[in-house]
Amino acid sequence: MTIRNITCILCPQGCNLEVTVDGDSVVQVKGNGCGKGKSYGAEECLNPRRIVTSSVKVIGGEYPLVSVKTAAPVPKAAIWDCMRAINDVSVRAPVSIGQVIVENVAGTGINVIATRNVAKADDMKEKICI
Amino acid sequence: MIEHDVVVIGGGPAGLAAAVAARQAGAEDVCIIERDKRLGGILQQCIHNGFGLHIFEEELTGPEYAQRFIDMAQQWCVHSMLDTMVLDITPDRMITVVNNRDGLQAIKAGAVVLAMGCRERSRGALNIPGTRPAGIFTAGTAQRFVNMEGFMPGEQVVVLGSGDIGLIMARRLTLEGADVKMVCEIMPYSSGLKRNIVQCLDDFGIPLRMNHTVTKIHGKERVEGVTVAAVDQNRKPIAGSEEYVPCDTLLLSVGLIPENELSRSAGIQLNPITGGPVVDESMQTSIPGIFACGNVVHVNDLVDNVSTESAIAGKAAAMYASGMLDESKASIKVKAGPGVRYIVPNAINLTRVDDAVTLYFRVDNVYEGAALRVLTDKGILFNIKKKIIVPGEMQHIKLKKSFLTKQGDIRDIIVEVAGEGK
Amino acid sequence: MYDVVVIGAGVAGSCIARELSRYKLSVCLLDKEWDVASGTSKGNSAIVHAGYDAKPDTLQAYLNVKGNELMEQWCAELDVPFKRVGSLVLAFNDDDMYELHKLMEQGQANGVQGLRIIYKDELHAMEPYISDDAVAALYAPTAGIVCPYELTIAAAENAVVNGVDIELGQAVQSIMRESDGFEIVTTEHTIRARYVIDAAGVYADDVASMIGDNSFKITPRKGEYCILDKAKGYLAKHVIFQPPTAMGKGVLVTPTVDGNILVGPNAHDVNDKEDTATTAAGLQEIMDTARKSVPGVSERDVITSFAGLRAVSGSDFVIKASDVDNRFIIVGGICSPGLTSAPAITVMVVGLLYQAGLILDVKADFNPIRKGIPRFREMNEDERRQLIAMNPAFGRVICRCETVTEGEIIEAVNRPIPAVTLDAIKRRARAGMGRCQSGFCTPRVMEIISRERGIPVDGITKKGGRSLVLTGVLQKGDAYDDRT
Repeated sequence: MTIRNITCILCPQGCNLEVTVDGDSVVQVKGNGCGKGKSYGAEECLNPRRIVTSSVKVIGGEYPLVSVKTAAPVPKAAIWDCMRAINDVSVRAPVSIGQVIVENVAGTGINVIATRNVAKADDMKEKICI
Repeated sequence: MIEHDVVVIGGGPAGLAAAVAARQAGAEDVCIIERDKRLGGILQQCIHNGFGLHIFEEELTGPEYAQRFIDMAQQWCVHSMLDTMVLDITPDRMITVVNNRDGLQAIKAGAVVLAMGCRERSRGALNIPGTRPAGIFTAGTAQRFVNMEGFMPGEQVVVLGSGDIGLIMARRLTLEGADVKMVCEIMPYSSGLKRNIVQCLDDFGIPLRMNHTVTKIHGKERVEGVTVAAVDQNRKPIAGSEEYVPCDTLLLSVGLIPENELSRSAGIQLNPITGGPVVDESMQTSIPGIFACGNVVHVNDLVDNVSTESAIAGKAAAMYASGMLDESKASIKVKAGPGVRYIVPNAINLTRVDDAVTLYFRVDNVYEGAALRVLTDKGILFNIKKKIIVPGEMQHIKLKKSFLTKQGDIRDIIVEVAGEGK
Repeated sequence: MYDVVVIGAGVAGSCIARELSRYKLSVCLLDKEWDVASGTSKGNSAIVHAGYDAKPDTLQAYLNVKGNELMEQWCAELDVPFKRVGSLVLAFNDDDMYELHKLMEQGQANGVQGLRIIYKDELHAMEPYISDDAVAALYAPTAGIVCPYELTIAAAENAVVNGVDIELGQAVQSIMRESDGFEIVTTEHTIRARYVIDAAGVYADDVASMIGDNSFKITPRKGEYCILDKAKGYLAKHVIFQPPTAMGKGVLVTPTVDGNILVGPNAHDVNDKEDTATTAAGLQEIMDTARKSVPGVSERDVITSFAGLRAVSGSDFVIKASDVDNRFIIVGGICSPGLTSAPAITVMVVGLLYQAGLILDVKADFNPIRKGIPRFREMNEDERRQLIAMNPAFGRVICRCETVTEGEIIEAVNRPIPAVTLDAIKRRARAGMGRCQSGFCTPRVMEIISRERGIPVDGITKKGGRSLVLTGVLQKGDAYDDRT
């Protein structure tokens, strides 16, 4: 059995949670001020996940970069592998929001998708009115 | 001379929401004036997630959130003048703008919505002693370099200020290969969200030094290091606690200031605490027909709140432009009582309220187990028990019109904190 | 072989170079920094003194009064903002009153015109925001304010247009005396000159010692300043002094030609000639002292602070032909009132060169007129329209705080002395000088410099040398590049 100390992020209170883990299961959460904190503590200990946001190089676009995110949270331990995959690819303009940039990033089963529209550089006329 | 029913100054989240709402409320000709080449404002460089949970009920990144509103603006045929700077606004709503396509232009607006947002406090405003080398950035400028232009502002970074932008940038630079040495916070608490402290700092092992500040900048050409020191209760550096931290970059995330140069020159009354215009429940400023919303009024922590508040301003502006806004004076004054740093709006005209009015405010300290108390000149209305209230998190209280009407003739509404600060 | 090499492109060196460009001479202006006005000339009080401070019969007294007279013409020719706003030395008690009278007598002996002592009512009518404790003041109507770096830049630009070579980023390493002149070895190469002007500011003594002249010593005396937001520009209309002390003229509160309020300086001798770091104690000292004159001065309104080093050598300027070699002219110890004196110093230096044998043949085609960069922010609507009609780039605002347009920045980049660093742009076009201190315009200015001069954005510096603004590009998408 191991005890992990983590900070709850659900409200400004920031309770210091003491989570007792036994193998794959949470035995006890202490220090939580509410019920939500209990499940947060358990989840954060057993399966912490994060959305990774970064940018990918665009070839021939109005911007040099397109912002991207993982379409769902990936395991926290995979953050750096995701970054490596994101930094290795490039994409040709145009790019549209939601477009898959990296499939199954770092074997997480989750895609990296674009979060910005990027037009081709030549199409980018001085737009006065939308 | 150009004429528009409603002119919105600033095409960020506030301006976009106001413009869309103005169209929805019946204004036919709504125009956004934006100094950047694109709409969306600061959201375009906020590529992290966490936006839109309230309005769209999903977690979006900044550019995605902005695009939703840009699409709406497009659907509602909102006009825009991009890469255009407003030079002047008069009390009778004549706007002088300039750009490199049409030069100087005068615009007559039926109503004006100020949505210029805010700017970051600079090193100069903090008056941090030391040399003046390259490598000192506000967090937002660094964010633009990294996220929009693709450049690294530095390799070894110290962040001063634990506001959300500073925390987000600490993670952002770390992910792009920089070594973020520490985040210093002069206050005993962080003004950033707990979530950002955990996911931007703890996840990457970046230390957060509370009650610490940067007391000196070193380096002649590029930053070579900073002196970090602990501060006492009066936020003065404690002699002997100084520590030299080698770094090539100092990032400042030490507060935002509403950008009200135009408001000031138009003669709009400003609130000395927020630095933004004094507004009523319709977000109307002291000059009839000029409205204000978003960070130009007070610095928000959630863009969702900005959108909501701005929609009120947009709608009221549309009504003003068509002569439908009740012009009677606001009768109820809204005041910040003990423990409350400021409150928005500052006055309420009940006849202009449809269903309810929401008061937004910040407290002046960390309060645990305290209550937010709403009272009038006649007595206490109600208390709301709170486990914890912090200055970094904006509070809001919704007051139903029916409830307020029931109170009879009230002159003042006061919000205060009942309880002891930390 | 140049006829004259001027070492140091501060206000004295640059004005001397401009003065020399009137004659048929080959002249080179040299500086160790990457722009002119990079030392004391960018960090001082920006005051054109009336001339009552200096002891009679000193160089300072003579050159101050003379320089003050010449300043108007210099600034008119060079298109440099200069305002004769007048100065006030405040008195708070009887001791101060005694000082005021002494100063007035001294000023009259120096030939300062129009000095008079004014009393409470008149004083407070002239300066509504000064302290109630101020009972009287010495009013000097001839004092004024000027932009010191702009004067330096303008003089250097005018010199270059009139044929002077300029070499920046070149520190002098050694100087060899030869029969026909001097061999000056810099970090980059060797320059030969028949005459040398040593206008090296705080380094003037070090440069002189390169030819074996150790007749004077420069002590850097640091002065710290704060600049207040333009919104507080109403706090002072004149240059407001307190009675002088042994270390200098004391802390002043003054408007700047651009509408800000400048507060400072203190005076502390330092050892390091590069030590322009501000200190917490120093900034506190000047703000506290300034409040004695103008109580409304507040930390809340500070938009930036800086420090400059005065080049102090005894109690007077050291302007002379070297005893070691009269073809080597020393312009040393140019502390206050050096800025005021600069136009007059040039005349004196030309005289010393003539005495040392330099032949001065007036050039028929000398053009004294230098047109500055248009100032969109100061124009009325008609002027703005005309400017934009001429070039639409003047319609695009880049610096929102100071309302500086792209046209102004493009022009700064392409002036006779090109501005290719952020600081150089700032000093010429004012982009980044405002309340946000360049947070907004930095990326935009860098884009313009990059485009106009073909410098990669991540190769742009703040002030030359190794002061790179960015540390590189994001490492992205290399795999794709390899394939294409």
